[in-house]
Amino acid sequence: MPNRIIKWIDHRFPLTSFVKHELTGYPTPRNLSYLWNFGFLAGFVLMLQVATGIFLAMHYKADIALSFDSIQHIMRNVNYGWLLRYMHSTGASAFFLVIYIHMARTLYYGSFRAPRELLWWTGQGLLLLLMATAFMGYLLPWGQMSFWGATVITNLFQATPFYGDQVVIWLRGDYTVGDATLSRFFALHYLFPFLIIGAVVIHLVALHSVKSSNPSGIDLAAKDNIPFHPYFTAKDFYGLGIFLIVFSVFVFFMPNSLIEPANNIPANPMQTPKHIVPEWYFLPFYAILRSVPNMVGGVVAMGLSVMLFAFMPFLDRSRTPGGGRYRPVYRIQFYLFLLVILVLGWVGYVPPTDLTIIIGQVATLLYFGSFFFVPFISKAEERWLMKRGLPAEVTALIESETLEIAKRKLNPRRRKGEVA
Amino acid sequence: MGEETLDDGNRRNFLIKLTSVVGGAGVAATCVPFVASMNPSSDVLAKAETEVDLSNIPPGGMHTVAWQGKPVFILHRTPEQIAASAASNGGLDPQPDGKRVKNPEWLVVVGVCTHMGCVPNKEGPGWECHCHGSQYDDSGRVIRGPAPKNLEVPPYHFVAENKLVIGKA
Repeated sequence: MPNRIIKWIDHRFPLTSFVKHELTGYPTPRNLSYLWNFGFLAGFVLMLQVATGIFLAMHYKADIALSFDSIQHIMRNVNYGWLLRYMHSTGASAFFLVIYIHMARTLYYGSFRAPRELLWWTGQGLLLLLMATAFMGYLLPWGQMSFWGATVITNLFQATPFYGDQVVIWLRGDYTVGDATLSRFFALHYLFPFLIIGAVVIHLVALHSVKSSNPSGIDLAAKDNIPFHPYFTAKDFYGLGIFLIVFSVFVFFMPNSLIEPANNIPANPMQTPKHIVPEWYFLPFYAILRSVPNMVGGVVAMGLSVMLFAFMPFLDRSRTPGGGRYRPVYRIQFYLFLLVILVLGWVGYVPPTDLTIIIGQVATLLYFGSFFFVPFISKAEERWLMKRGLPAEVTALIESETLEIAKRKLNPRRRKGEVA
Repeated sequence: MGEETLDDGNRRNFLIKLTSVVGGAGVAATCVPFVASMNPSSDVLAKAETEVDLSNIPPGGMHTVAWQGKPVFILHRTPEQIAASAASNGGLDPQPDGKRVKNPEWLVVVGVCTHMGCVPNKEGPGWECHCHGSQYDDSGRVIRGPAPKNLEVPPYHFVAENKLVIGKA
């Protein structure tokens, strides 16, 4: 009977072939490490956030007179409300952690390089959507940090040429962050996850067209690919188990470690807290904003600091495969970049003093320098590696890849089929 | 209509362009109500004026009142504070003190840091913003960044010796 049902469906909808081609039989490089788990984990956290969020929305009130208390209502009166809320608030941090590791892996192994540029760019779009969603969700508890975080970030739009003031008032629907702002942030915070799901579908279509990269950086021939199921379903679920252990430690034993204490004070538009900090996942970008003495310059620098990742496919000029694995200089650069991000995060966290401002400015220069020097360093590194002698296979690979890249270039003559 | 007119490619291209333009204009016009709905509503616009009684503010004291949901600092300046403010032109955004007050005894400024919108705290002479470290003097002029501009002077007028209305000059 089930067979007959599936047959009936397959006649009308490509169910079996879709599952076979894109899920169970999807060809996956056999040498993927656990660093390749994080895309799946991101998808899992997305589902978790959507599920907990929808159930929280059944009890939450988006009204400045009620929202702060409705969180307390969820925490005290709603059955398992505390669990839903802590899963959702911890889930936001988990989402960023997973995504940042996912991005770091891509940068380290050079997975953003041709032909995976569009995969990388759709990921960049997903990062922006995630940031916007997290930012709007943070206003909803209507605590002091919620209010002042939203005030500071909506104020960034003052940097808009000519219409700065109007744009800020339009975004808030009021002269200050108020009831209108809270209601629209709630509406959009509910909408954006579904945009994210749509963008994830595009991300996955791109992935399934170019297939996963792998730690060797060498595009494996078909013989080195194995079906996704059962090999990588098993690997992903094992990784999920580890992830859930860490996640549960935070949810059950230290849920407040990720919530700023000041956010337990209801929002007060007349009093800014002594020390306002964003959530940990925005700290490096916030530090860059603060490091530029000019306001418009700071906003532009902060925007660039997020968007520069998109330029990596153009900036990395090396053809040596495998990213950091076979490229010692790139590897050092990568770890220095992580260090700079950590320093920026610390600078963003502490109250501004003359010393931290200087450290922040140096770190900001290093952050942008890391991107700016990639073209020169990667080219020089490639020359150095070649002079030192690469294994013959790798040299052959570089040559074939050069040919491939030339073939992929947008060439109008090739498109017309004049050149085979 | 003859067959020549039906075949006329120019005519067809023109019609396609015209239809696209009219259709585009329709879409743009349809967006207007959606975008405009996000602007402040009438009840928000209605709270545009605030009346303040100054008789309880001692010299050297400051009151904070809400105007359009924003804090407004009203500083009753002492003769020393007036002299100190008049002596300089501020720092990053120079402006004489006389241009920022209607009556030198009363400084009225919007208590929103021109950098990122935090509320500066009254500390020592002037204000300090704890968010990003900007400093303002007793005339509300910025003397240390990152704030680019002086604290905004809202439109206000005195209705009596001890009463002023914020919101209209």
